[in-house]
Amino acid sequence: MTSSPRPLDPRTPNGHAAFPHRHLLGLAGLQPWELSFLLDEAERWVDQARDDAGRSLLAGLTIINAFFENSTRTLLSFEIAGKRLGADVVNMAVAQSSVKKGETLIDTAMTLNAMRADAIVIRHASSGAVALIADKVDCPVLNAGDGLHEHPTQGLLDALTIRRRKGRIDGLTVAICGDIRHSRVARSNMIGLATLGAKVRVAGPPTLVPREAEALGADRFTRVEDALDGADVVMMLRLQSERMDGAMIPSPREFHALYGLTAERLALAKPDALVMHPGPMNRGVEIDSAIADDPERSAITEQVAMGVAVRMACLDVLTRQRRGVEGWA
Amino acid sequence: MIAAPLLIRNARLVDPLASEPRDASLLAIDGRIAAINPAETPADAITVDAQGMLLAPGIVDFGVFAAEPRACRFGGITRVALMPDGAHPLDQPGLIERAAKAGKPDLWIHPLAAATRALEGQTLAETGLMQAAGARGVATGRTRVADAGVMARVLAYAGGLGLVTVTHAEDEGLTRGAVATTSEMAFRLGLPSAPAMAEAMAVARDIALVEVTGAPLHFRQLTTAAAFDLVRAAKRRGLPVTCGITPAHLLLNDVALGEWRTFARLSPPLRGEDDRQAALAALADGTIDVLCSAHDPRGPEDKRLPFADAAPGMAGAETLLALGLGLVHDGTISLTRLFALLAANPARLLGVEAGTLAVGAEADLILVDPDTPWQIDTRRMSARAGNTPFDGLPVQGRVRSVWKGGRRID
Repeated sequence: MTSSPRPLDPRTPNGHAAFPHRHLLGLAGLQPWELSFLLDEAERWVDQARDDAGRSLLAGLTIINAFFENSTRTLLSFEIAGKRLGADVVNMAVAQSSVKKGETLIDTAMTLNAMRADAIVIRHASSGAVALIADKVDCPVLNAGDGLHEHPTQGLLDALTIRRRKGRIDGLTVAICGDIRHSRVARSNMIGLATLGAKVRVAGPPTLVPREAEALGADRFTRVEDALDGADVVMMLRLQSERMDGAMIPSPREFHALYGLTAERLALAKPDALVMHPGPMNRGVEIDSAIADDPERSAITEQVAMGVAVRMACLDVLTRQRRGVEGWA
Repeated sequence: MIAAPLLIRNARLVDPLASEPRDASLLAIDGRIAAINPAETPADAITVDAQGMLLAPGIVDFGVFAAEPRACRFGGITRVALMPDGAHPLDQPGLIERAAKAGKPDLWIHPLAAATRALEGQTLAETGLMQAAGARGVATGRTRVADAGVMARVLAYAGGLGLVTVTHAEDEGLTRGAVATTSEMAFRLGLPSAPAMAEAMAVARDIALVEVTGAPLHFRQLTTAAAFDLVRAAKRRGLPVTCGITPAHLLLNDVALGEWRTFARLSPPLRGEDDRQAALAALADGTIDVLCSAHDPRGPEDKRLPFADAAPGMAGAETLLALGLGLVHDGTISLTRLFALLAANPARLLGVEAGTLAVGAEADLILVDPDTPWQIDTRRMSARAGNTPFDGLPVQGRVRSVWKGGRRID
């Protein structure tokens, strides 16, 4: 995909200029060509995930996955990505309870820094916590999700999935449905997809879809049917169980009745509309099983595969400077 | 400790009660202001040449969470009204008495008594006994009293004793869990937020309770256009309602939260630009009565945290005057109005004979060079912690001398 040399167009710079950032803390602030560059790099690994060049690319490098919040899928995805590139991957699962007070978080950052990792992947329950740690360490930091803020590799893997299935992102209408308010996935997708030229819609009950989403360029709907009308991509978000029982919505079954993705509702979208979900799914709440399992419509398992490729690309790109890659050192 | 007579000559007097500053000399005897431009001076008087600098009443900082003499000396603050919040809330006469004595002789601390026991918002604290022990008002603490019935009784009871009630104005239902004002910035940063209207909702309830009880009420900090409209209308109806604000809410908006800067995590939170502009207008038109620091030094254990986990509050005692002078330099308010906001009005709320240059008032005086430039530097502050959202800001105006009751403080 990226084998041909890039033209000397200022919008497609080469080497370090293609992605002149030390960390990946969010998709906010990234230029369209920077996002495209990461997607192009990820595209390589989709097909060549197991070739020998990749196996030794990060040989001798140490990557620490520091997860201050429970995660199975994202942690596994980062671990596999690092190992496929030949890095030594260490997982540090820190129970949120034991690291709650402030100095401890900074202290943990200092400790991680003293380990001389070559990259640190961090997940934390508080918005901005990853940026706080990134400020204290000498190596690249990848945000694997911080509070309600961003989950940039999820945004990238969703963009890659869409681009591969639809051939483009520019001009597509993407409907993101469900709990927008509490979703870092929604924020990264709204920002990333809008930067790449998509028309983003957000939809869900008013308690979960804040008006401020419009400031990020999204059109806001409180009837999910209106958002699905003519959409190219339908992205359902996971509804956290603690928000289902009257706190934000009356009940899971009411949510399903009014906002869940059913075959009837999906029929409002384009006939070839793609269905996505960041997982894990609440089947029968935000999405019907029949849709989730329909290989023609659902890209849900493909998203997981793209996740590994995107994380390989991010680990590769962010460590190029310290690996002395030509044009990056 | 009786001070020798003090003559400050060649000064530019800034009296909040006067319409304009004027060149004059001031004589203090026995700790009180004895005369302006005295015909004769006692032979043993200490004479100070002010060299044309500003001579103003010492600042009465209304509603601090920590009374720090060093920081107050730097900032020209001679009296503070101390909030009752603390490890042990000021809800008993003994605690009030001890707090009132803690700063003397350099700094006079006027404790505000906890409005309810343990500040829990349920039962009346021993307000009268605490008044006898030195309390100069009652306060609800960092939050308001949620129960309107309890608040009505707090107001009525304190009003009967001639004490002002000081409250925080945020509806706790709307603001529960919130750390920012609902805005694009809060959404982008992923911060739990509450609408700015939570403030006006609280103000509307409490103004209604003032109508019911007739008792005086002071909103320690108001920050939104809707709240100022309510206070403006209440004052027009003659209700005994006053309000204060900090320089932060006049000079910063929620953009200051960028990169999750925890020094900008305040309570109430920083607002949008429209509300900030409304605050400047309310300061200029007299709706706002008090400019205060809300001094609340917080160390790294409270501030070097992810934004939502950090404690709210800022260290403000040292920067209050310089930031206030900025509002004079840029033409928002006059110099005499600034000292009405900093000294005369808060002194009147507390019922102390200070805050003006009137003959007979306490000789709490500061000599200010209004033009000296300096830079706010979080590492060089005398407060217990340097958590100011104004770090690095160039300001003008520095306190050169401070007298408390006619006695010079070094």
